[in-house]
Amino acid sequence: MNARNLAIAVAVSLALVLQTTVFSRLTVEGVAPDLVLLVVAAVALRHGSQVGLATGFAAGLLLDLAPPADHVAGRWALALLVVGYVAGRLTSTGEPRPGQWLGAAAASSFVGTSVFALSGLVLSDPAVATGELLRTIAVALGYDVVLALAVVPLTLALLERAEPDRVRVLGLSRP
Amino acid sequence: MSDRLNRRGSLEPHDPRRPRRSLVTALVLTSLALMATDHLAGADGGSPVDPLRRAVGEVYGPVENAATTVVDPVAALPSWVRSRREMAADLESARSEADQLRAQLASNDYDRNRLQEYDDLTATAESLGYALVPARVTAMGSAQSFSRTVTIDAGARAGLAPDMTVVNGQGLVGRVLRVSATSATVLLVTDADSTVGGRVGSSMKVGFLHGRGDLGEGSRLDLELVDQTYVPKAGEPVVTWGSQDGAPYVSGVPIGTVDSVYSSLRETTQRAVITPYVDFSALDQVGVVVPSGTTSDRAVIEVDGSLR
Repeated sequence: MNARNLAIAVAVSLALVLQTTVFSRLTVEGVAPDLVLLVVAAVALRHGSQVGLATGFAAGLLLDLAPPADHVAGRWALALLVVGYVAGRLTSTGEPRPGQWLGAAAASSFVGTSVFALSGLVLSDPAVATGELLRTIAVALGYDVVLALAVVPLTLALLERAEPDRVRVLGLSRP
Repeated sequence: MSDRLNRRGSLEPHDPRRPRRSLVTALVLTSLALMATDHLAGADGGSPVDPLRRAVGEVYGPVENAATTVVDPVAALPSWVRSRREMAADLESARSEADQLRAQLASNDYDRNRLQEYDDLTATAESLGYALVPARVTAMGSAQSFSRTVTIDAGARAGLAPDMTVVNGQGLVGRVLRVSATSATVLLVTDADSTVGGRVGSSMKVGFLHGRGDLGEGSRLDLELVDQTYVPKAGEPVVTWGSQDGAPYVSGVPIGTVDSVYSSLRETTQRAVITPYVDFSALDQVGVVVPSGTTSDRAVIEVDGSLR
């Protein structure tokens, strides 16, 4: 495991634990911020959608299996791999500007929670009314954007420290 | 770097930031296959994903326990101090009450005979005396997951097994879904998939309680009564009906009170709205009902209230 993958694994694990323990006590109408989703978005912004996609899948799988999850496994995996792909396509340089990553975080939150909720509707996993669903997505979007102000820069800094400038030297897109 | 042919047939370099189509397809199909497997197999009970869940729980359960142990004293310092004092006061008053009762019992034969009668009456209620393994809620699912589950810091080593009833000081909390060595996942009764057999306390009428999937202080349960002619009154208490061998729910655990009653002409059953006693947004200390005499890695609260 190289330094980049190690940094990603640490960031995802930390986000998962904080999301289920600390932030599950700081909820807004039952909604806790999606820290794991924001970390996946930050990884995708820095390293592109190839890495974002794989990270999203792995992080989502962890979120599906780690306690206290009880929904059908694979739902967060699908939602977060879409997030990784979308966020990775939003920038082409790996150096997102502040406005850019905040927009990307908002888009990621909306896409991620929506895909997760839709997969639940298809599977009728827990039978939840559509009104309740839309309200939850809206609250989650607001909370995620606020938390993104801290989570995304921290994750980007961690990734930068793990692998300073190597991708851009070797990358074919920037000779 | 793998290059590939584009539509015009010329070789184009692969952009390392763009994912390969094969990777996208593989991961999407893996997710879909996992969902299909878990959804279809999970309906009959033993899903092939369960061992995976257990394995991840073995790793993240202790980490969640540790994180809560670190964070909680800081976050809940004021209430911790207060509840310690309250507990001491409760213990004191319970002791003095017990002493008083014992004195009365010893002093008066008439009282003793009457007490015997009460004993017979309360024999039914004695089924409420279960051994409990104390545990703390360490992690909670968020509203975005649309399922109401929590993790507790007791697992197989504490004597827990799936389908055990979880209660707290106020009433019924839920049931154990799965356990790892040191943690367990609990399905709350407010989950949309949760069904509990309930009994309206004053009339012994039975019905089924369904969760609505909402969290927070305003969470409600729906009670569908089997006897459609009976209309429960507001304020009537509802307790668990109980299943064979006490799994997944033991009988006689208080759930909540009747809030309001709806009946529709189309449907053949009454629907009552129940306000649970438990505040599901502020769960902390819970107890898991275990058979008396269970070996555990921690003190078990026995039927007579003693710690073992």
